[in-house]
Amino acid sequence: MSERAVRAARRVDVAAAGVLTPLQRAGLFLSRVWAWAFLGLMALFFVAAVPLSTGGAVNFLTVRNSQNILVAIVPVLLLGLGQTFVIIAAGIDLSVGWVMSLASVLSALAIRDSYDAGLPLFPAVVLGLLAAVAGAAFVGFVNGVVIAKLKVPAFIVTLGTSFIVRGVAYLMSENTTVIGLPAGVRAYGNDALVYLVGGPGGGIYFLARPELSGAMLRRMDILLPWPVIMTAAVVAWAMFLLHRTRFGRHTFAIGGNMDAAIRAGIPVDRHIVALYMLSAATSGVAGFLSTLRYTAGSAVIGDPLLLSSIAAVIIGGVSMSGGSGAIVGTVIGALIIAVLTTGLVMLNVDAFWQFIVVGTVVIVAVLIDQSRDLIMGRPKGGVRR
Amino acid sequence: MSDPILSIRGLTKIFGGLVAVDAVSFDVRRGEVVGLLGDNGAGKSTLIKCVSGVHRPEEGEIRFDGEPALFASPMDARRAGIETIYQDLALANNLDVGANIFLGREARRRRLGGLIQTLDDKFMLRESRETLDSLQIRFPSLTQPIQTLSGGQRQAVAIARAVYWDAKLMIMDEPTNNLGVPEQMKVLELIRTLRDRNVPVILITHILPDAFAVTDRVIVMHRGRKVAEKATASTTAEELVQYMVGARDDAAA
Repeated sequence: MSERAVRAARRVDVAAAGVLTPLQRAGLFLSRVWAWAFLGLMALFFVAAVPLSTGGAVNFLTVRNSQNILVAIVPVLLLGLGQTFVIIAAGIDLSVGWVMSLASVLSALAIRDSYDAGLPLFPAVVLGLLAAVAGAAFVGFVNGVVIAKLKVPAFIVTLGTSFIVRGVAYLMSENTTVIGLPAGVRAYGNDALVYLVGGPGGGIYFLARPELSGAMLRRMDILLPWPVIMTAAVVAWAMFLLHRTRFGRHTFAIGGNMDAAIRAGIPVDRHIVALYMLSAATSGVAGFLSTLRYTAGSAVIGDPLLLSSIAAVIIGGVSMSGGSGAIVGTVIGALIIAVLTTGLVMLNVDAFWQFIVVGTVVIVAVLIDQSRDLIMGRPKGGVRR
Repeated sequence: MSDPILSIRGLTKIFGGLVAVDAVSFDVRRGEVVGLLGDNGAGKSTLIKCVSGVHRPEEGEIRFDGEPALFASPMDARRAGIETIYQDLALANNLDVGANIFLGREARRRRLGGLIQTLDDKFMLRESRETLDSLQIRFPSLTQPIQTLSGGQRQAVAIARAVYWDAKLMIMDEPTNNLGVPEQMKVLELIRTLRDRNVPVILITHILPDAFAVTDRVIVMHRGRKVAEKATASTTAEELVQYMVGARDDAAA
């Protein structure tokens, strides 16, 4: 072998040995943290720009605005959580929007009818949650079985079920908003852990909404509404499930190399069914919470959120080809969309601009994701042989 | 000499009208590296797939560790201790070394009095490191996704996985294909290490230097039949080539 060939072989060996140059390390680091940085810079921009453009009349950095943003991300985030699992396993669930709608209608009907039949309020609300999650999970079960057992592409299956679920949701709601829920439901969807009242005579109130009126009421800030707390609990559970358990590990394995997962004895079919049930179930919780928030069930509530939720997942760095991603990324993705939307509205920018900006961010996110392969010097698709 | 760990008698596999494997018999003993040689289409892979539970032979007997062993599936073969490393390695490139060695058999810890179980990554990392150390495999990092590793290193991960789960027989299908020269050397070194640990290896290859580098015995197949079985030390490359191309045939004599 010529000396040059030996040297080339040695160089390949070193480059291949998992040792990265400082430049590669820096590039990788940036590609991982850009979403955090983008969120931070964007928030800083709005904090500075909103008061400037409104002559100090409107502020971005307020307790009320922070809570508005948290409330706004609840449905997008819940749809995105289950979707994160599905996409990491190299699938896609296009039915989550209409599943959320169906769950909203189901929970409204369950709460109204059980309460009318004499059930106390709290059990009726719990029944509403069960109806929403069970109805949604059933759709997820059908999705999963057709995808895993009948080998129909996930895109097609979930597209089909989303139409079916849409029809069912409209039929069940009789093409109108489900109203007539007990008035007490409103508290579950809008009351909070903490109430802050600023100014003279103000204070901090826990759990119970203080009886206020007039100027005092206008000074009251609501901290951590129940839907936000419940969503936070689901986020914590999803993080645990994806990153700390065998279920999560198998999800990554299936997305990384389905064949290897099968040959390692992972029950892949059963796992895929569970993933689509999970995706539907978190969407079911979203539908339930929207019913509590509006004291009504609606068949049109979920559909517009589908694409936003997938955008949140992609901005959060989950690879559409499967095998990589994190729950915290989806949370950041949802936050970026919500901060962007809220900020632009406060800047009095035409609301339609948010779509243009979100769309750009989605594409940039994928470009950054792909640049990682470039940095590592491996061909597209990530698998070097 | 010890009893054979694997004993094959009169194994025949037919696809339609084609006799892919024709009444092949041979033994593999503990601590022995047996080369299975032959040109493309000689029936090496089909023979091996009968052993590892992928194919069911039409005729013949396979005994593994003294027991009849006609496995219904690759999982059954693996459970019995036959690990087959195919060229695609069956690794999840997005996971780290420990996760791959424990893929499908993850170690878990009970928490909150057994109410929930979490992955025991520390344990899996420690066990992986020990296994790799015992095989004298060194990686700069065990916690990076293995797509950052080279082909030879991933080959080593697949071997380490088989070793950790107590493979009693290792079958390797062309393991040095698609590897650079230094990497080929490492893989061959690893096969020697396996033999020193008393793990028998069947090495499927058509590369004669590889066969001479590590095997104790070679079996040559041609058109589905075993045409030669030689101690590696008592044969030459020239002779083996003649068997591989069908110019010589011990079985016909």
